[in-house]
Amino acid sequence: MTVEELYEMRDRERERLARLRERIYCCSAAGCLSCGSESVRRALAAEIEARGLKGQVEVCGSGCMGLCSRGPLVRTQSDGAIYAQLTPDEALWLLSEDPAERRRLEAKRLDLNDPFFTRQLKIVLANSGYIDPESVHDYVAMGGYQALAKVLTEMTPEEVIEEIKASGLRGRGGAGYPTGLKWELVRRQPGDIKYVICNADEGDPGAFMDRSVLEGDPHRVLEGMAIAAYAVGAQQGYIYVRGEYGLAIQRLQLAIRQAERERLLGNRIFETTFGFRVDLRIGAGAFVCGEETALIASIEGKRGTPRQRPPYPPERGLWGKPTLINNVETFANVPPIIMNGARWFASIGTETSKGTKVFALAGAVRNTGLVEVPMGTPLRTILFEIGGGVPEGRQFKAAQTGGPSGGCIPAELLDVPVDYESLAAIGSIMGSGGLIVLDDSSSMVDVARFFMEFCMDESCGKCIPCRAGTVQMHEILCRFSRREATRQDLELLEELCVLLKETSLCGLGQTAPNPVMSTLRYFRHEYEARLTDREGGAQ
Amino acid sequence: MSIKTLTIDGRMVTGAAGESIFDVAWNNGIRIPRLCHVGGISDVGACRLCLVEIEGWPKLAAACLTPVEEGMVVRTQTERLRRHRKLIVELLLAERNHVCSVCVQNGHCELQDLAAELGVDHVRVYYRFPRLGVDMSHERFGLDHNRCILCTRCVRVCDEVEGAHTWDVAGRGVNCMIVADMGEPWGNSETCTSCGKCVQVCPTGALFEKGKTVGEMYKDRRFLKYIVTAREKRQWIR
Ligand SMILES: Cc1cc2nc3c(=O)[nH]c(=O)nc-3n(C[C@H](O)[C@H](O)[C@H](O)COP(=O)(O)O)c2cc1C
Ligand code: SF4
Repeated sequence: MTVEELYEMRDRERERLARLRERIYCCSAAGCLSCGSESVRRALAAEIEARGLKGQVEVCGSGCMGLCSRGPLVRTQSDGAIYAQLTPDEALWLLSEDPAERRRLEAKRLDLNDPFFTRQLKIVLANSGYIDPESVHDYVAMGGYQALAKVLTEMTPEEVIEEIKASGLRGRGGAGYPTGLKWELVRRQPGDIKYVICNADEGDPGAFMDRSVLEGDPHRVLEGMAIAAYAVGAQQGYIYVRGEYGLAIQRLQLAIRQAERERLLGNRIFETTFGFRVDLRIGAGAFVCGEETALIASIEGKRGTPRQRPPYPPERGLWGKPTLINNVETFANVPPIIMNGARWFASIGTETSKGTKVFALAGAVRNTGLVEVPMGTPLRTILFEIGGGVPEGRQFKAAQTGGPSGGCIPAELLDVPVDYESLAAIGSIMGSGGLIVLDDSSSMVDVARFFMEFCMDESCGKCIPCRAGTVQMHEILCRFSRREATRQDLELLEELCVLLKETSLCGLGQTAPNPVMSTLRYFRHEYEARLTDREGGAQ
Repeated sequence: MSIKTLTIDGRMVTGAAGESIFDVAWNNGIRIPRLCHVGGISDVGACRLCLVEIEGWPKLAAACLTPVEEGMVVRTQTERLRRHRKLIVELLLAERNHVCSVCVQNGHCELQDLAAELGVDHVRVYYRFPRLGVDMSHERFGLDHNRCILCTRCVRVCDEVEGAHTWDVAGRGVNCMIVADMGEPWGNSETCTSCGKCVQVCPTGALFEKGKTVGEMYKDRRFLKYIVTAREKRQWIR
């Protein structure tokens, strides 16, 4: 395909959509699928067929619309309304030309002026809910692959890297490493063979940001990867998806086939000399395989265990070659940065953290689901305005960010702006975007124990502090839960925190103590209250 | 070959570019504790006992995997390192069933020696007493999982020196187990050549020769140096 053909394709599809009287998007992300969105869609499709409305009304799937707790969600294109918890019968009212029919659904119509919608800013999720993730035409109609066309025909790899550097984009996989710098490191490595890997292993309990991007807008990730490949000089990419994400895998496979058919992937993309292929690699359910060196070992067909860094993957990665590894959300930010410019992106967020961040809101809040906010948004805004606060009759106690590597933030610190540095300063981390709200019925010791159990189960077993240390920490936390812990146990627990943090081989072990350390810092009294009167320690 | 000059524990020492801090230290008589490292096979940095402090580095570094650099200032024996090492050894002693008094390796066990050197006179963490098996299916050797510390020396020597790759690790975390082939009893392994290299490199009494009783199992790993010299320098010298 040439660039002209891309624009033709875009315009053709836009005209086709403009001719429709109505297009109905049924959320087909995992959350809504599990509350029956597929039957809504099927009922609509059958009725369109029966009433002979083809060419006037169309129904299609879409990515996540955010308010997962109220699924199945349905959006109508003509008026932009979103309806919640629709049954298949009710959905049929949307087909009528008579506005009275539609008014019968008023009660199910979501108020789009609610802070849940107005306080968000969608860059990564801009297309989610607005396109059919199974159609490359939809993506192109929204301007998709134009960023790739632009870099291939108008920019040098160095210019692309400069643009990403100037945008201030940082990795969304957890650590927040500046993306442009990483690309430059890979570009500067000698050698003809380099790889680009997309980390879609997303293993934090409660996190589903990457999943939603892959399910709702898979072409955006492919486009971001292709731009990265051009910038660093790679011809081959891999997406490492966790095996549990069946739908994401299916959509990615379809997207790759479509992109190859349209020659948006493969040799001579846009008739240039640049070629890029993408293959999927499916993870087998180990959290540690999200760690970059373990992930690389897993792609190589080895046991998924981390190895010492340095050398870092940009220097020695997949099969010993320079390798760029970025998170799904990081890649998803790339096409809009290229299209709208680094300055636009850098104008959003804070001094050190630019752009937006997607969070998976869960736990004791009214609106659970997927939200995207500018970096630097106060935690309070996310939880109380967007999230709608803690349900009636309960009190807010803490917010947990960063999953098993993160920490608990108490009510006094709710005004903390959500960015990499501010969260780290109060003993938590941004992490990949899990955000769990705890109310006054949760015990912080139990929260710490839950995450420690996760780390214990997911430790790869390679290094002693993490393998044998998480077991001991879990044992001690169980003793606290049973009110059998002694003061020596508390001291030992703190000593183990330091040991794991300072001596573990990879990030899993190094950050495993974080939930314990942060709950000890802000909720120490809960530990103290559970000490037994009995003297003595382990022996 | 370029030479690097650095300071280890206040002493000026030199090493070749690419040599690890660990090797340079030992060549100069500075002993850094270790359990997973053994000269002649690759390093994995898994036991974390050789962690050292390097001035200007934000984190501790595994001496076995960190090449020396010009002007480095390394400390191998600080109070913090000693505390960490002690707790790591305690974690190991509590992880499985290390009962020295009935062990074939009693008196010349690397784990036991290290515990003594670090002054581990008691274990503060909780003994787990897991129920683990002993594989006596091999004609000449035995594998007692109770004494295994998962250093993977056996895995690496079998793969890298013997070329058989009989051993590997199965499972995850504390459930990791050394397995032969695809989890066969050792005696049924089709790849094992019965060379005994794994037995000789094992730091504890986990791998042993049959017929040895308490304290009788001595291990000799001079063969490693012999083979590595032969491979690298093409010289067959003992
Ligand atoms: C135990 C562990 C698990 C990780 N899991 C993930 C993951 O699921 N997804 C991810 O993108 N990064 C994960 N990471 C971070 C990656 O190692 C790596 O830093 C990241 O993919 C780099 O991408 P970025 O620069 O775009 O953030 C994990 C790290 C550790 C230590
Ligand atoms: S810290 Fe844990 S997960 Fe990481 S290498 Fe060590 S044992 Fe494996």
